[in-house]
Amino acid sequence: MASAQTDPPHPAVPSFAASPGDGQWTIPQKNYASTRFSDLSEINTENVKNLQVAFTFSTGVNKGQEAAPLVVGGTMYVLSPYPNILYALDLTRPGAPLKWQYNPKPASAAQGVACCDVVNRGPAFANGRLFFTTLDAHAVAVNAETGEEIWKTKLGDINRGETMTMAPLVVKDKVIVGVSGGQFGVRGWIEALDVDTGKSIWKAYSTGPDQDVKIGANFKPFYDSDKGKDLGVATWPADGWQQGGGTVWGWLSYDPDLNLVYHGTGNPGPWNPNPRPGDNKWTAGIFARDADTGEARWFYQIAPHDLHGRDGNNETILLDMEWEGKPRKVLVHPGQTGFVYVIDRVTGEVLSAKPFHALTAATGVDLETGKIQYSSDKEPVSNRVIRDICPAASGAKNWNPSAFSPRTGLLYIPHVNLCMDWGSTEPNYIAGTPYVGAEIRMFPGPGGHMGEFSAWDIREGRELWTINERFPVWSGALATAGDVVFYGTMDGWFKAVHARTGEVLWQFRTSSGIVGQPTTYRGPDGRQYVAILSGVGGWAGSIVSGDLDPRDGTAALGFVNAMRDLKNVTAKGGTLHVFKLP
Amino acid sequence: MCSSSLKAVAASILLTALALAACQREEREFRSKSMADETEEKVSLVPLSPGPSGPAEQRSGTAKTYEENAYQIAQGQRLYAWFNCNGCHGNGGGGSGPPLMDDMWTYGGQIEHIVQSIREGRPNGMPSFRGKVPDEQIWEIAAYVRSMGRNVPKAAAPGRRDDMSPGPAEQRRPPGQVIDGGQIPPSAQMPQ
Repeated sequence: MASAQTDPPHPAVPSFAASPGDGQWTIPQKNYASTRFSDLSEINTENVKNLQVAFTFSTGVNKGQEAAPLVVGGTMYVLSPYPNILYALDLTRPGAPLKWQYNPKPASAAQGVACCDVVNRGPAFANGRLFFTTLDAHAVAVNAETGEEIWKTKLGDINRGETMTMAPLVVKDKVIVGVSGGQFGVRGWIEALDVDTGKSIWKAYSTGPDQDVKIGANFKPFYDSDKGKDLGVATWPADGWQQGGGTVWGWLSYDPDLNLVYHGTGNPGPWNPNPRPGDNKWTAGIFARDADTGEARWFYQIAPHDLHGRDGNNETILLDMEWEGKPRKVLVHPGQTGFVYVIDRVTGEVLSAKPFHALTAATGVDLETGKIQYSSDKEPVSNRVIRDICPAASGAKNWNPSAFSPRTGLLYIPHVNLCMDWGSTEPNYIAGTPYVGAEIRMFPGPGGHMGEFSAWDIREGRELWTINERFPVWSGALATAGDVVFYGTMDGWFKAVHARTGEVLWQFRTSSGIVGQPTTYRGPDGRQYVAILSGVGGWAGSIVSGDLDPRDGTAALGFVNAMRDLKNVTAKGGTLHVFKLP
Repeated sequence: MCSSSLKAVAASILLTALALAACQREEREFRSKSMADETEEKVSLVPLSPGPSGPAEQRSGTAKTYEENAYQIAQGQRLYAWFNCNGCHGNGGGGSGPPLMDDMWTYGGQIEHIVQSIREGRPNGMPSFRGKVPDEQIWEIAAYVRSMGRNVPKAAAPGRRDDMSPGPAEQRRPPGQVIDGGQIPPSAQMPQ
């Protein structure tokens, strides 16, 4: 891996996200740039093979465990899937015993409008408080010391299909959250709440009139297709925007220098594109918004008039890099469309979009117009099954976040290798019920495996190495200064990989399949630990967590067709595993 | 040809018996019941009841007229998609909702239980459709749901669909059984 001297420098982590070296892990993204990189290096490529279990803890819930375990001071915080119980574990005592638990008691009925298992992506810590969302669309603030509720605000209505699963991001005096429900025709929104009271400060919708979307004089999108008045109405058939999706359930990043929050918008509703001619703004894209006012600054649509359930909610990693000789502040987005987008995060200009997944649905992205080039033969039409659409409706990767190591300059992308057959059906909007209009069967992409863990050269736009996995990689990634990268598999292996070569250095079979986010921290004893929640589920794993019947290939929006064998290799679970060196 | 006089004269002829079966299979009312009509079946959710006799139940026989009738089941199949049941339960394999083609029935797997589940909702996410879907259509949907695990006569179960095949048609599935109260969603049990 010796690099030639003429190589330009690696992409760098912006100074605002430089790791302070305190050994904590306070938000799932690790920092505002969402690098998920820790500068801890006690665990390295030489000694990682000796990792052993330090302690475990049951979350008490056997559903998909997608949350990131956080560590603040001497306390670890673990958030369960619905019913969203927050546990505090005392790391200063042997075995990390339970300090307290907080149960928000969300409405049980919310489970019926959660599209893809009853997951939660984790809490966020700021100013002595933990903030998180509940499945029944509340945001909660809890005292990090005592577990006492400080405030709890109802933000959505489950009767309209509104649920919440995302991890909040705290920016200055605001906690920013968004809504899930893109499969239920929910009109997406993002909302900033006062950290002290939970009261709304601003709220921006993803569809509808400019005023609702918070598009004003300062909105300066890079591409012409995003310029014009009330495109959130005009690019829809009459009133289609009112159940148009564009939900905000994914990852937020924040650039304090620009004071911009970056967030994705979900797929348009319904999935079947035929009833919604037009570009369907502002769904399936990425917004930059002023953190104080919510005002939109730019937007880029990765999938105008989305054809296959694409969504812009995947993580956005903020980096500084040289691009064609000039320094640029960029945003890197491994997108559901199958491309890794490198976008100028000041202007919204797409610098590069290179494929990281087998593609049949699109051929490329035109950098002049920013437009994705769809393959016309994969466009859904009525009364015909369209076959071999790659990537599948899950996208080339879904919610599970990548990690970036400034030491290797590589992005570690956990993703899938899936294609699908698609039959359009007539969607019927009934508030609080699914609004999809498609029957899908997913299956493995080229090579027959369904998951990949790839090291990605951002500048060149190519894969350096990749590890094939039998099942979709539905866990997040963690990069460390010890040049060890961690991820988990749906058949239950927690793996430590050499950051430069992709060699698997250590693996441990956990109690269930892994769909969580690994984190690392320095314990009160000064030692480095690595934590992961095990417990299969999420959309990909709902065949196990929801006891689905593999005889129906269209179950779980078509994911069951690909996942028939998962029941043979793992059962449900909900256990925290924490590892350390002997 | 389904008149009672025919029934009287042809009791011994096998052919006619078959014809009769076919008639019941297709029997339907041409005027649908009023929206406010609601059947009042008395069914319990558990086999357990104090004393030796088991739960006191009362069934009117409505079940047979739906779940042994191909027309009603076919209507149910259409309505199942129309009311977006498939969005959560797939074509029987489930999704965000539980599967309907298997033998595990959290809230009971008799058609009366399924009618109740649709009409009243259930606490772990099943919405209540009372007043939103006419009672007759609820029975039709429930009859189709019963066909998914082939808990209905083969002759009444739907054949192959025209669109994308999710798996073998209901008619081709082996006769099913029902395990009541087979599973409680784990998340329903809140720790602490």
